[in-house]
Amino acid sequence: MEQALYQYALRLADSSLTMGQRLAEWCGHGPYLEEDVALTNVSLDLIGHAQMFYQIAVDLSGETKTADDLAFLRDAHEFRNPLLTELPRGDFAYTTLKQYFVDVFNLHLYQALSQSNHQPLAQAGKKALMEVKYHLTRSQAWCERLSMSTAEAKQRMQQALDDLWFYTPELFETDEVMRQLADDGVIADYASLKNNWQKQVEALLKKCQLELPASGWVATGGLQGEHSEHLGYMLAEMQFLQRAYPGCEW
Amino acid sequence: MSTATEAKIFEILEAVKDPEIPVISIRELGILQQVTIDGDQISVGIIPTYSGCPAMFAITEDIKNTLKSQGFVDVNVTLLNEPVWNTDMITDSGKAAMKAFGIAPPQSLSEQQVSCPLCGSTDTTCISQFGSTACKALYRCQSCLEPFDYFKCHA
Repeated sequence: MEQALYQYALRLADSSLTMGQRLAEWCGHGPYLEEDVALTNVSLDLIGHAQMFYQIAVDLSGETKTADDLAFLRDAHEFRNPLLTELPRGDFAYTTLKQYFVDVFNLHLYQALSQSNHQPLAQAGKKALMEVKYHLTRSQAWCERLSMSTAEAKQRMQQALDDLWFYTPELFETDEVMRQLADDGVIADYASLKNNWQKQVEALLKKCQLELPASGWVATGGLQGEHSEHLGYMLAEMQFLQRAYPGCEW
Repeated sequence: MSTATEAKIFEILEAVKDPEIPVISIRELGILQQVTIDGDQISVGIIPTYSGCPAMFAITEDIKNTLKSQGFVDVNVTLLNEPVWNTDMITDSGKAAMKAFGIAPPQSLSEQQVSCPLCGSTDTTCISQFGSTACKALYRCQSCLEPFDYFKCHA
C-alpha cells in the first residue's frame, strides 16, 4: 500500500510541478502586466502543491531524500504526470484552455481527496482546493472571453481544443493499484471524477460555441513513465542548476 | 538573556512582520501558530498562507534572527500542515493595519462588494484575480480612480 501511494503522490506532484513550470515560462511574456502576474501567481500555487505532494511521497518512502530531490533529480521516465501537463505552453489560448481542463480536474480531484482516510493526503487536498477555486474562476472567465471575442481569438481557442482534447482522457487513467487505493477510500474514484469533469467541461464548451473534434490519437503513457519529447527539454532546463551544482542552495 | 516563557516568545515575535505587508505581524496574519519550549530549545510552528507562498523562507529566517537578537539561539521553525490557513485567522487589529496601509482587508464570504481602502467607496471593480502576491487581487476604485490591492477572502 505504501509503495502504491508513493507512486500516486508522485503522479499528483509531477502533474502540479509540470503545470507550474510551464506557467512560469510566461513570466515576462504575458499578454499584459496584470495577466503576467496572474499566470505566475497560479504557477507559484501549483509549485506549492507539488511541494506538498512530494513531501507526502518522501514521508512514505522511508528514504532520506527531500522533496527537492524528487523534483530535481529524477529523469523523465520516472515522472508520472499525464502528457497533457508537460505540453509546451503554446499561445495564450492554448495555455488558457489547458489550464481550464486541469483546473476543473483538480477541483473535483481535491474535493475527493480532502475526504481521504489518509490524513496527510486529506490535508493537502483541503489546502490545494481553496486555491484551485481561484484558478478555475480565472481560466473559465478567459475561456469565455476569448471564445466570444474576435474571430482570431475564437479560431485560436478552437485550434487549442482540437490539439488538446485527446490528451484529456489520460487525466482519468488508472491502474490496478490506483483502483485498489480508491476502493480503500484513500484516493479519489476516477470514474466519478471523469463523469463530473465531462459534464462541467462540455457545458462550458457549448456555451463558448466550441466544437469537439470528432476523432484523434488518444494520449497515454504518463502513468508508466512514457512521455513526449517535451518533458525531457523541460527537465533539462528546470533541473540544470541541481545537475550542474549538486546540493546547491539559495 | 531572560528566561524563556511561551508568552515572552510570542511577545518578541510580535516584531516579525509579513515581508509583503510590513505593518502586520505574523501573529496577526495567523501564520504564527505555536511556540513550545523544551529546556533551552524553542520550537516555533508556522503555517503558510497560500501553499506556494515564497515568503515562508524569509519569515523563517526573520523568526530565527529576531529571537537570536534577544539571546535565544537554539530555535527551530517548523512548517505545520494543520490548521489550514484561512482569512478568518487574521485578527481585527491586523485587518485595521492592512486597511491603513492601503490594502482592502478580506470580507466575509457573504459580502460581495469590496470597499476602496482610500476613499471608502463601494463602487469598485476587479481588474485581476491575482495582484502583487497570490493572496491579493487587483481592484480599481471607480470613485477616486485609484487602483488598490484587495486581500482575498480565503475560506
